[in-house]
Amino acid sequence: MSFLHFLILLPFLACIFIPFIYKKLNIHLGWIVVFVPLFIFINYLLFIPSISKGNYHAFSMPWIPSLGINFDIYMDGLALLFGLIISGVGTLVVVYSIFYMDKNREALHNFYIYLLLFMGAMLGLVSSDHVLVLYTLWELTSVSSFLLIAYWYERKKSRAGALKAMIITVFGGLAMLAGLIILSIIADTYSIREMIANVGIIKESSLFIPALILILIGAFTKSAQFPFSIWLPDAMEAPTPVSAYLHSATMVKAGIYLVARMTPIFGGSATWFWLVSGIGLVTLMYGSFRAVRQTDLKALLAFSTISQLGLIMSLLGVGSAALYYTNGEAQTFYAFALFAALFHLFNHATFKGALFMVVGIIDHETGTRDIRRLGGLMAIMPATFTIALIGSLAMAGLPPFNGFLSKEMFFTGMLRATEVNMFSLEWLTSIFPVVAWVASVFTFIYCFILLVKPFLGELNQSRLPKEKVHEAPIGMLIPPIILGLLVVFVFFFPNLIGKYLLNPALYATLSAEVPAFEIIAWHGFGTELWMTIGVIVFGLLLFFSIKRWTIIFRVFPDQLSINSLYMSGLENMEKKSVSLTDRYMTGNIRHYLLYIFIVTFSVLIIALVGFDGISFDFSTNSYITIYDIGIVIAMVAAAFTTLLTTNRITAIVSLGAVGYIMVMLFVIFRAPDLALTQMVVETATTALFLLCFYHLPKLGKRIEKMKFKLTNLIVSILVGVTVTIMTLVATGHRLFTPINEFFENAYELAGAKNIVNAILVDFRGFDTMLEIAVLFIAGIGVYTLIKLRPKGDDSQ
Amino acid sequence: MFNIFMILSLIILTIAILFNIYRLIKGPSSADRVQALDAIGINLIAGIAIFSVYLDTHAFFELILLIGILSFIGTIAFARFLERGVVIERKR
Repeated sequence: MSFLHFLILLPFLACIFIPFIYKKLNIHLGWIVVFVPLFIFINYLLFIPSISKGNYHAFSMPWIPSLGINFDIYMDGLALLFGLIISGVGTLVVVYSIFYMDKNREALHNFYIYLLLFMGAMLGLVSSDHVLVLYTLWELTSVSSFLLIAYWYERKKSRAGALKAMIITVFGGLAMLAGLIILSIIADTYSIREMIANVGIIKESSLFIPALILILIGAFTKSAQFPFSIWLPDAMEAPTPVSAYLHSATMVKAGIYLVARMTPIFGGSATWFWLVSGIGLVTLMYGSFRAVRQTDLKALLAFSTISQLGLIMSLLGVGSAALYYTNGEAQTFYAFALFAALFHLFNHATFKGALFMVVGIIDHETGTRDIRRLGGLMAIMPATFTIALIGSLAMAGLPPFNGFLSKEMFFTGMLRATEVNMFSLEWLTSIFPVVAWVASVFTFIYCFILLVKPFLGELNQSRLPKEKVHEAPIGMLIPPIILGLLVVFVFFFPNLIGKYLLNPALYATLSAEVPAFEIIAWHGFGTELWMTIGVIVFGLLLFFSIKRWTIIFRVFPDQLSINSLYMSGLENMEKKSVSLTDRYMTGNIRHYLLYIFIVTFSVLIIALVGFDGISFDFSTNSYITIYDIGIVIAMVAAAFTTLLTTNRITAIVSLGAVGYIMVMLFVIFRAPDLALTQMVVETATTALFLLCFYHLPKLGKRIEKMKFKLTNLIVSILVGVTVTIMTLVATGHRLFTPINEFFENAYELAGAKNIVNAILVDFRGFDTMLEIAVLFIAGIGVYTLIKLRPKGDDSQ
Repeated sequence: MFNIFMILSLIILTIAILFNIYRLIKGPSSADRVQALDAIGINLIAGIAIFSVYLDTHAFFELILLIGILSFIGTIAFARFLERGVVIERKR
């Protein structure tokens, strides 16, 4: 166990101690908890110097060594970038939550345990080298996210949102597990690094595409890509710190991480390129389009997160083309898109975290997040407004904020995608920049809605639930201010993080040498700049005419949304399975017997016919005498009487007759002990039947003929025929000599002249003991059934 | 010669059982059927006895006694049931 292991396991350790200290604390629990992410963050910062030089750190800790499962940690640029985002934003979110979560009213220990569980899982996930450990932690993030979304579990919407997030992400997680297992079977290793080293074998495998698609399903569900994005808006029922942390900065980027991590393995193939970039663009378009019509600020941010994640995903897709080219120049050309993806990933974590915190502040101070009720908060909350301004303009992609840089790079990447000439369907790439541009216009519009609606205009106090709206406490403002400063700082000094964080991360993502990229804030009047200017012009035009064109949203009715599709699908699945179950689980024993018989004889017949088993061999049979025939006729006649009679007494008597004639059969076949037992048992059974007959209820007692049912007749005949055939065939298939010769030594071995008795009590006495036990249990059962009656039951 | 006689009597006994079965099926009243069952028991005794002679064994002699007892008990039980509706009466 290394120090890095300790850092990753630290949040889990802290979880154990929280319940013990929670009750004894007078201060807010968050003040203690905040040291955990802070400590991790500082230690992660210390990794920067060595990793920016291109080094990596690998540590291993045995977990289940016999199965080759070890907690292997691999710390490279990508893991460090994610680790810093997780621990850094984590620290800020904990600070924010100290002021957001009320000390007296909330179950804080639950909150922080879930949050730390999530943080530890996420840290382990991004630095795990072992795919199964990665999967374990992946599911742990799903579970802790489920717990956090349903933090206010007494609310119905929280529970519904948590359930939906759980179903979708676990669905994707399981698909991913299948993909990872396929991948590790192909590469014969669990280690991601070794898979990358053996990438040639993987690419030649026929299971390459299934593994690719399954892993992508996992990544897409986690990162809320189209059409799995529906859980994210509903997850906004979580407390705002959770939304800021999980659903903007960390968990939704786990899928992005997975795609980036798997790029060296799958990148360069056409399927990967089209799926990742195509789905990313669709998500980008869908999210930005849907975000415009939201009236809830958090829902707007949720859709904007979906859209921005789609943006990053599409850049990752375009960037994967870099692995197709071995030529250094072309490789650099597309590697730039990957660089842009990582840059925007970082930027998004900063400004989206800040925006969520701003929305949390608005919610906290005014009591509502509905933009139709809010307005004119600028004068009241100047600090909050400033942060919102920075955040939303960064998101819209305006200078002087970091979003501008990454958006320019995004346009560059999309423009370069049009020059991809390696995969079929090249003409499709020409719409990439168009989609990107249109989506950016919508992004611009919703960013302005976010900025203008709550802060500008008139304050209407009567619509607000809380009176005397005022600025948030300073503690609540510090985390978003830090993030806002970072947004501005990154714009002016982009190469600081570019050199120390993004280039090592790019190197890890590509796992190939590319020259280090420089981020240039001003790169002349290129196409990208004109595209940005177009976005601003069209965005402003559309924003001011928003009332006129929102009609188009009515063209898409809600019934056609993916969400209602999901809900009705879930409902239908439940209904269908209930009706299916109701159809065959009738509660009628006759039906169940029918199923059992039908399955039995069809399996037997299929086996007999399928394995060519029907062959008769009568050569060893003994002769049939007239006497045997007479006995059998008598028995059959008695049996048919039992079936066809209308009188129960007759049935009992003829059943007795069957038993008695059976005694004669045993005699003929020289089995005196069997005959004796059969005689006694038959008499006792007949007496029992008479007893039952007498106790039939008086009311509604109808002595009538058994109803004729054709199915029953057919099934019974088929079962009879099958069993007969089986018996006849079995005699023809005697493979080994019987062991009865051994039992003929009964006198020498057991001192018994009666072989049957010797077998029963000596050779195979164990069976007899258990049969005695059965009789004993039956006796006790009958006694308890008769004697023990539920209270209040006076009937006999 | 002796064996032929034995088999012949066995066949005759079987025919008797078959006629009893006819009575059992047809028998207008329950008493007829119980009688038929009793007669089947007696015929079985005879059949087993002849069979023992035929096989030259005394392994089935206990069975003969048992059938004698049980068919008696069975008939009595049926008779009680038909007459009183119960087989074993409660002591009060």
